[in-house]
Amino acid sequence: MTTTHEAKTETAMPVSNVQDRATQTGVSPADVPQDRIERTRAAAYRIRHHALNMGEVQGQGYVGQALGAADMLATVYGDQLRFRAEDPHWEARDRFLLSTGHYAIGHYAALAEAGIVPIEELETYGSDDSRLPMSGMSTYTPGMEISGGSLGHGLSIAVGMALGLRYQGSDSRVFNFLSDGELDEGSTWEAAMGAHHHQLGNLTAMVDINALQADGKTDTVLRTEPVTEKWESFGWYTQRVDGNDVGGLLAAFDKAAAQAAAVGRPSVILCDTKVGRGVPLLENREKAHFMRIEEHEWQTCREQLTAGYEGKASA
Amino acid sequence: MSTTTEAPDTTTAAKPKLKTSAMIASFADAGQKTSSAPFGHALVKAAQENDKIVGLTADLGKYTDMHIFAKAFPERFFQMGMAEQLLFGAAAGLAETGLVPFASTYSVFAARRAYDFLCLDAAEPNLNVNIVGGLPGLTTGYGPSHQATEDMAIFRGMPNLTIVDPCDSIDIEQAVPQLAASEGPTYLRLLRGNVPTVLDEYDYTFELGKAKVLRGGNDVVFISSGLMTMRALQAAKALAAHNVDVAVVHTPTIKPFDAATVLAEINTDRLAVTLENHSVVGGLFETVASAVVTAGLGKRVVPVALPDQFLDAGALPTLHDRYGLAVDRIVAKVLAELV
Repeated sequence: MTTTHEAKTETAMPVSNVQDRATQTGVSPADVPQDRIERTRAAAYRIRHHALNMGEVQGQGYVGQALGAADMLATVYGDQLRFRAEDPHWEARDRFLLSTGHYAIGHYAALAEAGIVPIEELETYGSDDSRLPMSGMSTYTPGMEISGGSLGHGLSIAVGMALGLRYQGSDSRVFNFLSDGELDEGSTWEAAMGAHHHQLGNLTAMVDINALQADGKTDTVLRTEPVTEKWESFGWYTQRVDGNDVGGLLAAFDKAAAQAAAVGRPSVILCDTKVGRGVPLLENREKAHFMRIEEHEWQTCREQLTAGYEGKASA
Repeated sequence: MSTTTEAPDTTTAAKPKLKTSAMIASFADAGQKTSSAPFGHALVKAAQENDKIVGLTADLGKYTDMHIFAKAFPERFFQMGMAEQLLFGAAAGLAETGLVPFASTYSVFAARRAYDFLCLDAAEPNLNVNIVGGLPGLTTGYGPSHQATEDMAIFRGMPNLTIVDPCDSIDIEQAVPQLAASEGPTYLRLLRGNVPTVLDEYDYTFELGKAKVLRGGNDVVFISSGLMTMRALQAAKALAAHNVDVAVVHTPTIKPFDAATVLAEINTDRLAVTLENHSVVGGLFETVASAVVTAGLGKRVVPVALPDQFLDAGALPTLHDRYGLAVDRIVAKVLAELV
């Protein structure tokens, strides 16, 4: 059997993603141009493909989370974030903070898609002396702004970064990726209060709500709902979207950016996602924080991913 | 309109007035020369020369002398509310953007409550985050909720962190710009309010990472840090009356520790005594002890330190006497050792 480690789309996104923000004015999914949607869908497909390849090398890993969050990561890295691939420390870059360190597999895939990490380096994921450890660390990986993993840290750091950038006259934005499990942490809510108090319109939080955490389903571990009302009551501009619908994500990020410019209010995009999204074999498997995938299943996963992306029935 | 108010019964004998912890919360001696809010003024001065310096606090600006900075530089001061995890996470975020934050709260909250944030957000990436901790050791009578008797024990295990335990206003004034200039995170055991001025009487300047011999002596050598250097100097003078000649070595930087200077002073036949405003566990005494053992000196070291227990509430002079930090207690301990 031949294996297909190469993703079926040929063009990665441009290595420099400096955009004119004034052009991003869509306010509903219907207003988002189709080419933006297709470009982002393609990026998400490649991110998922990279994640499956990395998971296969390890024989395990947080593949389910990477697949679920791929559309969020593709939207940020492919459409929203201002960066220079060749200069990860460029002062005028936007900051993307991965609070959930174990999502690093998805983040590395996005960094490869963005041209910040070489694609061929991805196979070193989780290996000794790799720049791509299992849990993301700023001291290891170019483009990794913080060391996440101790959950509940990212949003506090993001508040400081947003304050510091604003004080220094920068128009850079700060994006913090967190998970619904992280909403258990009190520090997340300290930071949510702080961001609202300091009117941090340059801060956007994106919450992956996959309804799953280490010990089981979120509503059985520690009930976090009603999540939308919580963020609204903390003063944030709050949107809740299907986190696996690229058009909806693009529209939500556009709205968040416009809102930020208008009134200096932090934005949160609550993204309902499906663990294993894009690979029916995994979508339908019993959900687990650390998903089990047999050696012979990886190729099936890739085939199903490609078939789904190309609009065909699953193999 | 006239009213008749029943006067309280004052016929019983007046009770003796009680000492309260709120009334006696200073370790300065009566009539001692002091300097007001040396940290706040030093930070303002440093900030005038370095526009990257910013300040933040967790609802304790007035109680950590940060209010001086907030008044001088309102646009560079960030109030984070009573949220210590946010305080230090945000301080790390500010440092990530190239700024030099000084973040103040009480030492108990920095060390106990926010450790994970300081460790992973500031120390692991080696950011220039400067922790300013009020009420270190036994400098409040409010009991264990406020007494950071084990702050150095907690913080010494944190890689990359520099720990400074200043003696007086001179130490603080000279340390602040050096903390701002040094790479990596630092922890300052803050002395606040009217802080004694002691070291101006000696040929002394604060140098980060250096221990200094303040006075020589043939019989005993004191190795001390923080406000206990003030007590060590006072005890040395008192012991002179007993014909005991005492040297005092001040080690304001606890980590990295100037073992070379300290070991050279300890490696004599003098009685060696450490003095610290901290638990006997994990502070200056154990720092010195590990240096002595590592060097293979086989030298006995006597600790003057707080006991390994949760301390009482009360007035500071009462508590310093009770737990052995008062000058008289130090003198008695040394004389007993020399018998």
